[in-house]
Amino acid sequence: MLGQSDDMVQLLTPDGRRVDHPEFTFRGTTDDLLRSLRDMWLGRRFDVEAIALQRHGELGMWPPQLGQEAAQIGAARAIRDGDHVFPSYREHSMALALGVPMQQILGFFRGTDAGIWEMNDKFRTYALVIGVQTLHAVGYAMGLQFDGLVGNDDESTNSGVMVFHGDGASSQGDVNEAYVFAASYNAPVVFFCQNNQWAISEPITLQSRIPLYERARGFGFPGIQVDGNDVLAVQAVSEWAMDRARRGDGPTFIEAYTYRMGAHTTADDPTKYRARDEEEAWRGRDPINRLVAHLRDIDAIDDAHLKALEEEADELGVRTRASIKELTDRTMDELFAGVYAEPTVALEAQRRQFKEFADSFEED
Amino acid sequence: MEKLTMAKALNRGMRRALQADPKVLLAGEDIGKLGGVFRVTEGLQAEFGENRVIDSPLAESGIVGTAIGLAMRGYRTVMEIQFDGFVYPAFSQIVSQLARMHGRTGGKVPMPVVIRIPYGGGIGSIEHHSESPEAYFAHTPGLKVVTPSNPNDAYWMIQQSIRSDDPVIFLEPKRRYQTKGGVDFESRPAPLHSASIARYGTDATLLAYGPTVPTCLEAADIAAEEGRSLEVVDLRTLSPIDWVTLMNSVSRTKRAIVVHEAHLSLGMGSEIAARLHEELFYVMESPVLRVTGYDMPYPPARVEHQYLPGVDRILDAVDKSLAY
Repeated sequence: MLGQSDDMVQLLTPDGRRVDHPEFTFRGTTDDLLRSLRDMWLGRRFDVEAIALQRHGELGMWPPQLGQEAAQIGAARAIRDGDHVFPSYREHSMALALGVPMQQILGFFRGTDAGIWEMNDKFRTYALVIGVQTLHAVGYAMGLQFDGLVGNDDESTNSGVMVFHGDGASSQGDVNEAYVFAASYNAPVVFFCQNNQWAISEPITLQSRIPLYERARGFGFPGIQVDGNDVLAVQAVSEWAMDRARRGDGPTFIEAYTYRMGAHTTADDPTKYRARDEEEAWRGRDPINRLVAHLRDIDAIDDAHLKALEEEADELGVRTRASIKELTDRTMDELFAGVYAEPTVALEAQRRQFKEFADSFEED
Repeated sequence: MEKLTMAKALNRGMRRALQADPKVLLAGEDIGKLGGVFRVTEGLQAEFGENRVIDSPLAESGIVGTAIGLAMRGYRTVMEIQFDGFVYPAFSQIVSQLARMHGRTGGKVPMPVVIRIPYGGGIGSIEHHSESPEAYFAHTPGLKVVTPSNPNDAYWMIQQSIRSDDPVIFLEPKRRYQTKGGVDFESRPAPLHSASIARYGTDATLLAYGPTVPTCLEAADIAAEEGRSLEVVDLRTLSPIDWVTLMNSVSRTKRAIVVHEAHLSLGMGSEIAARLHEELFYVMESPVLRVTGYDMPYPPARVEHQYLPGVDRILDAVDKSLAY
């Protein structure tokens, strides 16, 4: 594959065979893998349900994540309490795995919320302007340093930041500035790039003439390419990188080599710009099938296990469809109130004008 | 009262903010050892250390973007953009991220960030060093925009801006940096978002802010010799605008002239004129006039005096206003 390095870290071949890597070993347990399988399975179902909801007119738009579950869930395994994740906008599996209520994700795409109003203490808000969140992540990581939460002897008191961006974002000025700032201040941040090969219709070759992970060296920190469809390898590499950050060893760039199996968003049509055999080739590298094959190999799962998972996914589907109906629109009052932390007389006057105008209809 | 230059007054104000709150940080290009190209932060890194007065890589978007992340972590960053014309690389972070974060998180993530920008012309500098970008920011919901015109306001307004939980664009009139004025360290200052009457008068109101306030005061002095009494209002805050003070003044004088360096069309003067006409249509004796920079890119230094609103153009507008 173009841009795929011979050094790419892989611990599970596409057909599910367990292999070793000279530098990275999987330190997780079988329970970790079962948990990852469940998170990927449910993440995929959530995504499928959301696409269906968009087709039924319930969501304004949806960016599918099909094919990228292992990249996100492998990364999620490396996040612990005290760490912080700055997502892009396609990290639905990651969000669910880190405990973000599904309503908050759906509300953003339904248009009931302007942004994502409330995440949890691990997962910040989605960012649609490409790459802007990388700078926020670096600033946040600098704050962790100032707060004395990095590089302590007592390892349990240390924290780090992981920020997601895509292959397209690698061309953005903000992202490159984030690399510079992170390197200059030795910030405890992991840049997790999901190289899914396509930025809407533009192939990775338009963004970079060298494999993305090789760019990191030019910024002064290690870059590593990992098979993004191999959840074991992603977990191993992510844990290593987050440990480095928490220890005070500075930033790391991870290129998770993966593929966007679906459209960029529900408004996109990939048949216009990419070949079907490319998609077919990547179908053979499916992250969930691969993990299932491995877990069957080691007798960790059987048909009954998968059947139970599917039933749980069905329940999640029911909950997803139901939760859409529970979302309520933000009121104009809330939106007026949200503009400033300290209200202004001028905007309060507009709020009153709006209210008087709206009330004038209610009296009729 | 101690007399200080505006640059020194700003320095004292930031020093006091750094002392008062360990979460206050300064960041920007060359602000550390050099003390900034205008020396506004001189000595602060030596006193507070490199972790609180931070020299930034040369990337304006990076400075603002990291300040947003630091704000999420509870830090109050005061960043310096070296010159007005260099703020545009940071425009996306300011307008699409900084300004919206409080609202899009339902008020859960405030952005106590101050962006200091030396602005305006009149110093004989080269391209991109004399701009007045205030309207871009004042047009953006979620931002607050203020500008002092004298050392006392500079000392207090910078501290008030740092304490604000909203992002503040803090515009510093660079050609007034070295102007000295008394600073009252003791008296309670006026609220940040209030205008002030810089000079009382009865015949017409000059509405100005930042660098044009002293110009208007000079014009009022000359007009007084000709028997005309001009009031000068120092807006101080461009977003939000203190409409009560503006309208009280214009209600009394019944004539208003807005004076700013920024371009004419869709500038601050456009909004002020529109609102005064909406609210005081039957009170005013003449339409609001505007004395501003022209709708051209800021000119080369050798001709900037023809572009900038000077005393003569202001007095000419006063004549027109009074002749209605």
